[in-house]
Amino acid sequence: MATASAAKAAHLPAPDHPLDDLVRTDRIPHIWCPGCGIGTAFSACLKALKASEIDLKKACMVSGIGCSGRAAGYVKLDSFHTTHGRAIPFATGLKLGNPDLNVIVFSGDGDLFAIGGNHFIHAARRNMDLTVVCVNNLNYGMTGGQAAATTPFGAKTTTTPVGNPDAPFNLPLMAWASGATYVARWTILHTRELTESIKKAILKNGFSFIEVLAPCPINYGRRNREKAMDTLKLYQDRTLIRNNADPSDLDIDFSSRVVLGEFVDTQRATCIENYDRTCRPQ
Amino acid sequence: MKPAVLTGEYYMTGDVACAEGALAAGCRFFGGYPITPATEVAEHMSARLPDVGGTFIQMEDEIAAMASILGASWAGQKSMTSTSGPGFSLMMENIGLGVCTETPCVVVNVQRAGPSTGLPTMGAQADMMQARWGSHGHYEIIALAPCSAQEIFYQTITAFNLSERYRTPVLIMTDEIIGHMSEKVVIPKADAITHVTRTKPKGRKDRFKLFAPDKNGVAPMPAAGDGYQIHVTGLTHDEKGYPVMTVDTQKEMMDRLTGKILNNRDDIIITEAHQLDDAEIVLVSYGISARTSLAAMHQARAMGMKVGLLRLITVWPFAEDQIRELADRVKGFVTVEINLGQIHLEVTRCAAGKAPCHLVGHAGGAIISPEQVIDVLKEKF
Repeated sequence: MATASAAKAAHLPAPDHPLDDLVRTDRIPHIWCPGCGIGTAFSACLKALKASEIDLKKACMVSGIGCSGRAAGYVKLDSFHTTHGRAIPFATGLKLGNPDLNVIVFSGDGDLFAIGGNHFIHAARRNMDLTVVCVNNLNYGMTGGQAAATTPFGAKTTTTPVGNPDAPFNLPLMAWASGATYVARWTILHTRELTESIKKAILKNGFSFIEVLAPCPINYGRRNREKAMDTLKLYQDRTLIRNNADPSDLDIDFSSRVVLGEFVDTQRATCIENYDRTCRPQ
Repeated sequence: MKPAVLTGEYYMTGDVACAEGALAAGCRFFGGYPITPATEVAEHMSARLPDVGGTFIQMEDEIAAMASILGASWAGQKSMTSTSGPGFSLMMENIGLGVCTETPCVVVNVQRAGPSTGLPTMGAQADMMQARWGSHGHYEIIALAPCSAQEIFYQTITAFNLSERYRTPVLIMTDEIIGHMSEKVVIPKADAITHVTRTKPKGRKDRFKLFAPDKNGVAPMPAAGDGYQIHVTGLTHDEKGYPVMTVDTQKEMMDRLTGKILNNRDDIIITEAHQLDDAEIVLVSYGISARTSLAAMHQARAMGMKVGLLRLITVWPFAEDQIRELADRVKGFVTVEINLGQIHLEVTRCAAGKAPCHLVGHAGGAIISPEQVIDVLKEKF
């Protein structure tokens, strides 16, 4: 987008970005900080939407509150920026209200797993046909870097000034245990794999969950001696891809290694299929 | 498919009448969570909705239930939830989202005595101010208070019609007493029921503005999937629906949100006058307490007191003009409600010192008897 404004300034015709038709370009510049990983996760999501070849008129994005929650404000689809933690139940109503819609929930770790954690496990239990993309930056970025349910033990945040005394969630384990039929984890450095996973999830009938590790250099990184490039380096050096890994073996610990990959890809009846079969037999 | 409108005469509870009214109004989505004394609304919807092509879902809590009906509304459905005090508290934030994003839906509160868990199986009317102001920020809301199972049936239809016409959540404030009381309910023929459905936009989709109002102050509303690429946010937004963090945009949005209700008060406010023409003392009441008040009015008349009753069917927005007009010519007001003075405060405000205002209140858990009203009438007038 920066290229477009530079071209405009030079009175040259603005070149088209290949994702422009999926972006509310009139809302650019976005709010995300330099070094933030959300934009990369967002563009992977847009690429996946295109690659899926679904009818984009029937695609919706629902977000909660937070930095990642702003995605719904930039995507040129029917898009809903809801209340903190409530993207999933809103999306549940949207999908049940019109099962022809393809609904993507794009939000952050604080939104989906602290205030919204209950909704996540229940939507997975029901196998609601949603694609949930969680950008995990290990803290609450929008409010200035407080501890989240994903903050590593011992990490410093504004509400854990001497180190986080709590243990973080293993998100893929929770998704698997709750009944999700597709579970994957990538970092923003793994854009191809991430895009492919989101595409699979969009096309999948059932509850799909993709965790995307993303740096937050401004709020998390600087309190933990981690510059944006350091985080990316960790994503390169301290990750290993192990598809179908045991979900209980997926704790995030960058001091040793973090497992990425596609962990679950199964099939079971969705919420709507079960409702139709049980409550309105022909 | 079975008929949505079960034309005929029935003996049913207020909660069941509420569900039947919703179905007759075209409600096809219900997101619920069990809570006494509103559970029967959800139970009845769970049994009936699949038969009429609708969907019932029991959500994980009332926060989710409220969020789900907003989502379903944007999918194009007429949607509803029902709850009681504690659940109503949990729904408040998303009721605000519904107000801010101008999302039609209906929320039923079968009131029980509070605060907190209170008396779960016993009635009250103590959430009336919560209905008005429970979500944060300044806003206008529509709340109806029917007084019988039959009226719950009809007012649920009215609630849907108002929510669709004004693109706003509408609250139905019943109580445990009428919710659980079985009474005769007559369900009319389907073609005798008036349906209002949100106006769909016309014209070029790329120029469409989601919050640009029509003449009545309300903007047409497309559904997700209609091809408008709408953006809906709880942030302060402009007519296009885009967030704009300025004082001017906040004012424009607030003017629209409050104006569409306040400027249409004549259409929204429904009241019923009983012997007000020659009344010297006016009882003001709503819901189950209005039935107490009506009995008290007849007893007082028999005793030679010129008592009338103003029954509020629409409680919010408040019937300010009627109270003001009455205040100029009556000796006083007595508000009858199962709380310790909520609508009484509104009556007092509008009477503005021109007529004394008294309360026949109750801490909750039981109905007020006509004798309690008579005692106050004798004592004060």
